Amino acid sequence: MRNILKIENLKKIYHTPREEILAVDNFSYTLQEGEFVSIVGPSGCGKSTILSILSDLMKPSDGTIEKEKDIKVGYMLQQDCLFDFRTILDNCLLGLEIEHELTEENKQYVIHLLETYGLKDFMYQYPENLSGGMRQRVALIRTLATKPDILLLDEPFSALDYQTRLAVSDDVYQILKKEKKSAIMVTHDLAEAISMSDKVIVLSARPSCIKKIYDIELTNRSNPIENRKTKEFPIYYDLIWKDIDFHV
Amino acid sequence: MYSEEHKIYLKKRRKIRIWVRITQILILVIFLIGWQLLADYGLINTFIFSSPKKVWNTIMSLYHANNLFHHVWVTTYETLISFTLATLIGCFIATILWWNSFIARVADPYLTILNSLPKVALGPIIIIWGGAGIRSIIIMALLVSIIITIINVSQGFIATDPNKLKLMKSFHATKAQTFFKLILPNSYRTIIGALKINISMSLIGVIMGEFLVSKEGLGYLIIYGSQVFNLNLVISGIILLAILSACMYYIIFYIEKRLTK
Repeated sequence: MRNILKIENLKKIYHTPREEILAVDNFSYTLQEGEFVSIVGPSGCGKSTILSILSDLMKPSDGTIEKEKDIKVGYMLQQDCLFDFRTILDNCLLGLEIEHELTEENKQYVIHLLETYGLKDFMYQYPENLSGGMRQRVALIRTLATKPDILLLDEPFSALDYQTRLAVSDDVYQILKKEKKSAIMVTHDLAEAISMSDKVIVLSARPSCIKKIYDIELTNRSNPIENRKTKEFPIYYDLIWKDIDFHV
Repeated sequence: MYSEEHKIYLKKRRKIRIWVRITQILILVIFLIGWQLLADYGLINTFIFSSPKKVWNTIMSLYHANNLFHHVWVTTYETLISFTLATLIGCFIATILWWNSFIARVADPYLTILNSLPKVALGPIIIIWGGAGIRSIIIMALLVSIIITIINVSQGFIATDPNKLKLMKSFHATKAQTFFKLILPNSYRTIIGALKINISMSLIGVIMGEFLVSKEGLGYLIIYGSQVFNLNLVISGIILLAILSACMYYIIFYIEKRLTK
């Protein structure tokens, strides 16, 4: 498999008038094509910082990110951030509009995505008419519309209630596999991380550096909900739980 | 088909609404009749307190002298000009403040001071600088309404959800794209809310201006009436002004309803 993203010795310092905070230190990882990686760690350890840097929202203090040429990154936030003054279709076209890529062909692609994922009937409706789970799916399609190769998911399900969360994480997993996308997901939900990912990166408390990387090998790997029933699942859960320094 | 209970519920609601309206009208009617009776029986001095009949006669004589609509129109026209200018310039300045946070931070104390300063205090200076005419009236009205417009609209701009800004940034949107695709449509309601305040503020400013300099308009009628001690004219002017401001408010209210579904 190809390496499509190479992160080396990433470091990020936050500056406030009173102090400076070393949020991320010495983070290195090489992402392969089609790989689904989760980053877990104690809260406030700088997980989201890594995604923000990868998606160009902020600059690293040090370190390098090597992307293979033409590799495009899409970012999905915890909140769906749908614009309530735009229809579902127009929300999905936002990224294309900004990138001046709103061709008829791309538009048809978005409509096709909406159709595939059961949202075509809502295309001309406004976000207020949609449930939380549907809105999150729209947010994913909005990200997919610009055809990114790597998706960065920043706690994408944590605003949803538990049942919706299971269903949507299953949906998102299927969509990403079907569209053959690589993904890096930040989450604080260990079960979600193990059931969805090929690899789980465990970060230490701040300044976060990599504590361990798990290759998740499950017998009869299928969709996230089924994966939770495999015999390896609780073992990984235990191991990772112990790795995270949890101070309540 | 509704259930019986729901029909009773709807009926009750309608009934309450009708009663509110009837009571509102009754209060007005009783007030006018009471006022007239007090005047007829000599319990109040009509020279000072006037009476509904006298007010009506005053308005009618203004009408027959072909002055009524002229005065109303002058005030309306001045208000609309100030309203339009205040809205356009106010939104423009708010945009600049959003665009450049350095300018916004520098301007902040000045805006606060200008906002709390009673603008009528500037009246004498405005007359000297702007001359005794419509220009001074519009400057006055602009001063009254523009600062509050700037403050309200730019607060609306700033209140945009930071996550949505993050989303725009993740698509590498330019500042102009962020403004036109997110900030402006997102602040739509705030801007329309600002219009509502703005129309009242402009009217206040215009009347203040007319008190100071004018030779026509409702503010002029009121101040002229008081100078010649014609209280009929003063009260007529106030009533016409109340009707005018209510009309303006409801027009904006109606537009707001139409625009925000």
